[in-house]
Amino acid sequence: MSQTVVPIGPFHPLLEEAEFFRLSVDGETVTGIDTDIGYMHRGHEFISERKTFTQSIFLVERICGICSTSHPLAFVHAVEDVDNVEIPVRAAYIRTVVGELERIHSHLLWLGLAGHFIGYDTLWMWAWKYREPILEIFETITGNRNHYAMMRVGGVARDVPPEAVPPLLKTLDMIERKMAMIAKAAADDPVLRSRLKGVGVLSRQAAIDYCAVGPTARASGLAIDVRKDEPKDAYALVDFKAIVLENGDVYDKLVVRVLEIIESIKIVRQCLEKLKTAPGPILNDVKEVTAGEGIGRYEAPRGEVFHYVRTDGSNRPLRHKVRAPSYVNIPTCEVSCKGIPLADALITLASVDPCYCCTERAVHLVDARGVRITPDLLQLSRDKTERLRRDIHG
Amino acid sequence: MGWYNRRLAKSLWVFHVSASPCNNCDIEILDLLTPRYDVERFGIKLVGSVRHADVLLVTGVINEKVAPRVRRLYEQAPKPVFVVGIGTCPTSGCCFKESYNTVQRREDVIPFDVYVEGCPPKPEAMIDAIVKLVGVLNG
Ligand code: SF4
Repeated sequence: MSQTVVPIGPFHPLLEEAEFFRLSVDGETVTGIDTDIGYMHRGHEFISERKTFTQSIFLVERICGICSTSHPLAFVHAVEDVDNVEIPVRAAYIRTVVGELERIHSHLLWLGLAGHFIGYDTLWMWAWKYREPILEIFETITGNRNHYAMMRVGGVARDVPPEAVPPLLKTLDMIERKMAMIAKAAADDPVLRSRLKGVGVLSRQAAIDYCAVGPTARASGLAIDVRKDEPKDAYALVDFKAIVLENGDVYDKLVVRVLEIIESIKIVRQCLEKLKTAPGPILNDVKEVTAGEGIGRYEAPRGEVFHYVRTDGSNRPLRHKVRAPSYVNIPTCEVSCKGIPLADALITLASVDPCYCCTERAVHLVDARGVRITPDLLQLSRDKTERLRRDIHG
Repeated sequence: MGWYNRRLAKSLWVFHVSASPCNNCDIEILDLLTPRYDVERFGIKLVGSVRHADVLLVTGVINEKVAPRVRRLYEQAPKPVFVVGIGTCPTSGCCFKESYNTVQRREDVIPFDVYVEGCPPKPEAMIDAIVKLVGVLNG
């Protein structure tokens, strides 16, 4: 059977980030997929090991522009884990508010892009329109639309003054009404139903095999959520449901995200109510970090983000390791894209809400003299085969 | 080229080149197209092919792997083409200056005409930059 390869990327109108996909197709059917990453690799772990803990927070924030709370949060959890630092209760509520607002804006962003990918730009414009008030809330409480710089080891950087809470609650009411409308409209929409139902199914077993996390796993019936499994910050103090659905198709992934928005609004409301009265400081000043190891986990909008730090008693991490959720979610496309029509492949790829900025890895090659070379791996491997052949045949 | 630039300024078509950013500037660029900011009312349109573009919006510190591709995109774009660097990344390298994987001189990869500061710049700032560019084109 002859096979055709459809290259997508690195710069493609539908890709926000520069990535390369090689889709093998047989007629209209996708038979395989290969991903080439590394176009966004900036060497975060390397830079982080040269920065102090406080500077690193600003750096890890810039791993990804959409999860710009999840990474710092996981990082400060990791540093706090070294010495078992407790954080003040007010700081815990503020952290949760910022984290959940981020989830709302990230899911809305995905919803819009998903609409765009299936050629349904109305949904895109709509979802992004209602994302703006959330960014406004962010601007009120953190001072910036994105990249909030809120997290600190031992607490948060800025307080949410009690008098700021009532207007925020009012905006939240408005957002909740709009979200209920979007949730209903998206669930009933005939276009979305016919385009997404039964498309790109990820079975429960495949989700387990590929270690999928976040909404990707939860849409396949796998109940994993760091907020429930290992509640940190204020998650143990608020009441919410983890949304789990069964079918594993793109439609279920959409519904999971839409329902999560509604849950997040509930969490934010509970936290804001508590912030009216919760006493105390917002920062537990951490003077030094002893030598040791710490891990930090947080449920980012895309799934579990994991940070590991090893410290040696100085003010910098000796080793810092990051694992972002997309790193395990993107390979699930191998199974979910197989056997579907080419036209559905893009939305299936997008359904895991891939974030390549978080995922990036790079291979660096140095020659015997220690000089960095950038050839392509295939060529090196061919050269090696040639060499071996010559050695054997003399 | 005055007459040509003046015609160009009426409706700038932009192409978005993401050269290892953190994603945020890209999202803010898309945000410009959505109802709150809606730059399409000024004739500014995001196009899918670099061959249709009048303006390249470059985000990110350009890394070693993406640099030859960015160069190629610039070469493929019909001239005159204006290159706008969005964010602190193309302007000064942001916090990635010490990285082993970013190119040392971004200007050698692609010649920038306009820089927009901010990490990420507010949508208003980007609109302001484009308006200034239009002003320059109108002479
Ligand atoms: S300037 Fe800031 S927001 Fe923009 S891509 Fe660079 S790090 Fe991200």
